Amino acid sequence: MLRCIYRNHILIGLPWLFIFLGFLYIYRGPSISPLYGSDTNIIETKSEPLNGPLNKGVCSDNGSWRVGDLKMQTGRTDVNSVTNWNAPLVWEGTFDPVVIDAIYKKMDPRVAVVLFAVGKYTRFLKGFLESAEKYFLVGFRVTYYIFTDNKGDVPTIKLGKGRKISVVTIPSVNRWQEVVLGRMKWATITIDKQIRNEADYLYMMDIDSVFHNDFGAESLSPLSAVLHRGYYKNTRRDQFPYERRPKSMAYIPTDEGDYYYTAAVWGGYLEDMYRLVKYCYTQSEEDAKNDIEAVWQEESHLNKYLLYNKPTKVLSPEYLWSDYDKIPADIKVVRISQLVKNYEEVRPNGGH
Amino acid sequence: MIHLINVKSLTAVLVILGVLFLYSFLSYRTSHQQNITAENRLSADVVAVGNEFHLVAPEHLQYEQPSIVQGRIDVVAVTPWLAPIVWEGTFNPVLLDSIYKPKNITIIATVFAVGKYIMFLKRFLETAEQHFFVGFKVHIYVFTDRPNEVPPVTMASGRRVNRTRKQPKRSNTLTEFATGLFPEANSDKKRLHFFLQLIVRLVPTAKRWQEISARRMELIQMVIEEQLPNNRNYIFCLDVDSQFHGRWGSESLGGLVAVTHPGYYRDPRSKFPYERRPSSRAYLAPGEGDFYYCGGAFGGLLQEVHHLAKTCRHNFEADAQEGIEAAWQEESHLNRYMWINKPSKVLSPEYLWQDFKPRNPEVHIVRFSGVVKNYADIRPNA
Repeated sequence: MLRCIYRNHILIGLPWLFIFLGFLYIYRGPSISPLYGSDTNIIETKSEPLNGPLNKGVCSDNGSWRVGDLKMQTGRTDVNSVTNWNAPLVWEGTFDPVVIDAIYKKMDPRVAVVLFAVGKYTRFLKGFLESAEKYFLVGFRVTYYIFTDNKGDVPTIKLGKGRKISVVTIPSVNRWQEVVLGRMKWATITIDKQIRNEADYLYMMDIDSVFHNDFGAESLSPLSAVLHRGYYKNTRRDQFPYERRPKSMAYIPTDEGDYYYTAAVWGGYLEDMYRLVKYCYTQSEEDAKNDIEAVWQEESHLNKYLLYNKPTKVLSPEYLWSDYDKIPADIKVVRISQLVKNYEEVRPNGGH
Repeated sequence: MIHLINVKSLTAVLVILGVLFLYSFLSYRTSHQQNITAENRLSADVVAVGNEFHLVAPEHLQYEQPSIVQGRIDVVAVTPWLAPIVWEGTFNPVLLDSIYKPKNITIIATVFAVGKYIMFLKRFLETAEQHFFVGFKVHIYVFTDRPNEVPPVTMASGRRVNRTRKQPKRSNTLTEFATGLFPEANSDKKRLHFFLQLIVRLVPTAKRWQEISARRMELIQMVIEEQLPNNRNYIFCLDVDSQFHGRWGSESLGGLVAVTHPGYYRDPRSKFPYERRPSSRAYLAPGEGDFYYCGGAFGGLLQEVHHLAKTCRHNFEADAQEGIEAAWQEESHLNRYMWINKPSKVLSPEYLWQDFKPRNPEVHIVRFSGVVKNYADIRPNA
């Protein structure tokens, strides 16, 4: 009898103890560690300057920047390197890729690249992917999300470490304008359902391009936009090809506007990009309901968004050039360039 | 027997419940930690997560079209890690103000007026009212051992100095003691929604000026810790022996903001007065270092400056225990910190000049400048 009572007490007491502990944890848990607590502190206070293991890689002599003396009075003088809201304007010669790579590699972000290769555009996949492996964010974890209506057309490419391809199948369409509009719709859906759990940064890129030079971590920021090569030099804001019809959601009046951005390359934090992609999609849908299509489709909506939600980094046209255009003196390096193509041949409705 | 069966089934049910609870709060904990690490991962480069980066501009704001091919060509406007270097002419103040004002942030400023340095406070406060974040909520913390000498400040138009009389509270190392002054009745003054608030904190007198300098980091850390749950605000730590001459506003806001020292910004890095003894934790080897930053003006988001203050203080105290004091005290530690944790914004020497220096041609405007002083008169141990 005595033994039974003793064992029963334990059997009853233990679960109650668990429940009590559970309540304690749930109650105290969130307040235990502040958002900035452990990780970053430990890194700095533990790095003894005597040996300084952290510094060794940071500023070596391999960068293109002259590491001799960092004077404040030398740099690109032919172009502006900040916008008027103090965001950097990224040109060759304004940054040191070694320093920047070291900073971002410590974070080891996952980067997603959204690519649409529908219909005949799958022929551009090989060139894009092979050149991206040589030049795009080399050394970082990159996943290419290829949206296509023909999975069989996706070539097998040798990928670097930490890089992979993820194919997303979407239905074919008849008009190229619908392909373009479909990008926003499918991107919104897939980011929401899949990509947001798999990436920290997201890029949207046009597939009909090829990389020619390093496109690196200097392009990373919460919201990065690329200047359109056709309008960056001397174009007045009333000449930018914004949507000018007030009926459209992408309307921008002639006395407003900072720059004209291209929709062929854009990127940023995943959540910020999701917001932007969704915006372009919903605004296009709204326009469609009112029987109007913005003059440059999602590029018009993108420009409107970026006028009121300033990008945190603006990339020069080095970050999207075109094989159609001669290269002027202020473009020292072409990092990625759109290919010359026969529109009649590649577009589903022959380019019309 | 029946009695035992009932007890057994009851305990079995309780055990199952307990296990379920354990499982659910453990998984809650790990997911919570995953959130933390994901945000830490994104914020490990010195710019922090959060609303800071949503640069929302109001619709239909009129301003001059920005140019891509024209700008200041006599100075570099961006660092090699793409942090902007803020010079006059590189930003549009109207645009930036219209982006930051709706965020409803508070700018905290800390200033140390210990010993005879209290004599600089009046000019500092008066000029801050005219130039420092006009149009924003500003709280200025004054650390002094002579609270009675904190001057009553005359109000510039558009600002109301709001001080409330409170009984002093006692705490471990500091005593908060806010002086009282009711705003003057004036028919011009409307009730405005921005104001400058002054909070005075008592600190013990120090015998050496180096000690005063060193304690700053500790006190800054404590001020921030009181504010931390509200972490969307910015803080600037400024020298009291200076005054404002021009606008210091929203163009200076960033995750981690440093000011280049006016005496060294044209010099090669070998001339920078970094701490050069490897035994100090502020050591920077020859060939290292981007710029020489001032200890007299730095700032950023609360969390960033908190980390900086905590690290510099820790390193300073660790050095002190080994009997070594860095060449320029916390300025040396700050420079080492900024070498490793690159600032996300660098302010040009316009933001901390020195009155005795003639102005260089690239400095178009002096915004904040150290006044001429006789060190023998004011330092406790010259």
